[in-house]
Amino acid sequence: MAVTIDPIHQFELKSLVPLGHIGHQQLAFTQSALYMFAAVGVIALITIVATSSRAVVPGRIQSLAEIFYEFIDDTVHQATGDQGKKFMPLVFSLFMFVLVLNLFGMIPYAFAVTSHLIITFGLAALVISVVVGYGVYKHGTHFFGLFVPSGVPKPLLAILVPIEVISFISRPISLSVRLFANMLAGHIAMKIFAFFVVQLLLAGAWSVLSPLPLFLTIALTALEFLVAALQAYVFATLTAIYLNDALHPGH
Amino acid sequence: MAQPNPLTTPPPGADTKVVPGHVEHPEAHSGAFPPFETSGFLAQIIWLALAFGLLYYLMDKVALPRIRGILHDRAERLRGDLDKAQAMKAEADAAGVAYETSLRDAQNKARDIAQATRNELAAEAEGKRKALEAELNTKLAASEATIRSRTEAAMGNVRGIAGETASAIVERLTGQAPDQASLNRALDATAH
Repeated sequence: MAVTIDPIHQFELKSLVPLGHIGHQQLAFTQSALYMFAAVGVIALITIVATSSRAVVPGRIQSLAEIFYEFIDDTVHQATGDQGKKFMPLVFSLFMFVLVLNLFGMIPYAFAVTSHLIITFGLAALVISVVVGYGVYKHGTHFFGLFVPSGVPKPLLAILVPIEVISFISRPISLSVRLFANMLAGHIAMKIFAFFVVQLLLAGAWSVLSPLPLFLTIALTALEFLVAALQAYVFATLTAIYLNDALHPGH
Repeated sequence: MAQPNPLTTPPPGADTKVVPGHVEHPEAHSGAFPPFETSGFLAQIIWLALAFGLLYYLMDKVALPRIRGILHDRAERLRGDLDKAQAMKAEADAAGVAYETSLRDAQNKARDIAQATRNELAAEAEGKRKALEAELNTKLAASEATIRSRTEAAMGNVRGIAGETASAIVERLTGQAPDQASLNRALDATAH
């Protein structure tokens, strides 16, 4: 019996409600969209439904919502200081959205929305456009002083300014690729190791070795839970750090 | 897959991009590596914008103000309760001090009253004792005076009896009564 491995299949978009197409672009309500709205629903459940009683002594889920709030509030405050408060909803939404979507991906047979580069790039592009938009709105051309390190001799600026510009442009790319690649690679690795278990079990005497990839799969699953939470945190923290540049440009 | 997936199956006329490493399972996924399948990008961006926009709206307008309110109320309430506890403790301390003071006052007052009573009683007893002593002294003096007068009277009677006895003895011995003058001389001589 031949078992074929297809670790890529899990990332395919499935159209639930086809809506036609514009040129090459297929328009459809996909499972990806469904998961995104489900994530919004779960986040609303935690942060809105569970807090509706406004209990002074919180229940479990209200407590969870408060922990998330205080955690992101601390992160934003540490990165941006007092003026960063207005970006709290953005960072909080990003963190919860990425966290819940990452964790959805850990449910067997579920789809990991964040393993699609366009999604993570969309979020990263949102962050960078807010940084640039707010920076220019607030500081005007002074915002571009971000690219000019202070206290550096003029000739060196010729080298440093392009480096700063490139590093700034690479931010949305690194921000989106980091999350996307972590999720993609993690899910592929889990799939492949789990597949090894099946393959070894079907390989006669070799089946005695099948517990090895099984343990690896279990360990990887635990690691992926860590990665799911950690990448959401990294995304939120980097967002806060980039927003700090919009608030306080110049080195 | 039973039916062709409209998203992963490129529309007719589209460039079919095939990633070289994945051509060995054409039946599982025909087309590019799904995350790089550009034909779904627009729809995904639109759905992302809608979902994230909705999430941002809910968080900004409902969830975060509410959680901030809950945390603020709790902090306020804790501070209020602590302040109240502080005030009550101060009150209790003040009551304790007042109690101690009133206890000490009462003790002092009781001691004063006891002392005053004791002094009064002692003075009264002393007065009575003095009065009694004086009375006794007068009585003693009166008794002594009586005794003295009685003794004198008795002594006077003794001279009379001695004179009569002496005159009787002399009359018996001599046959005649001694005259009064010699009798008195003899009496005086014996009395001293």
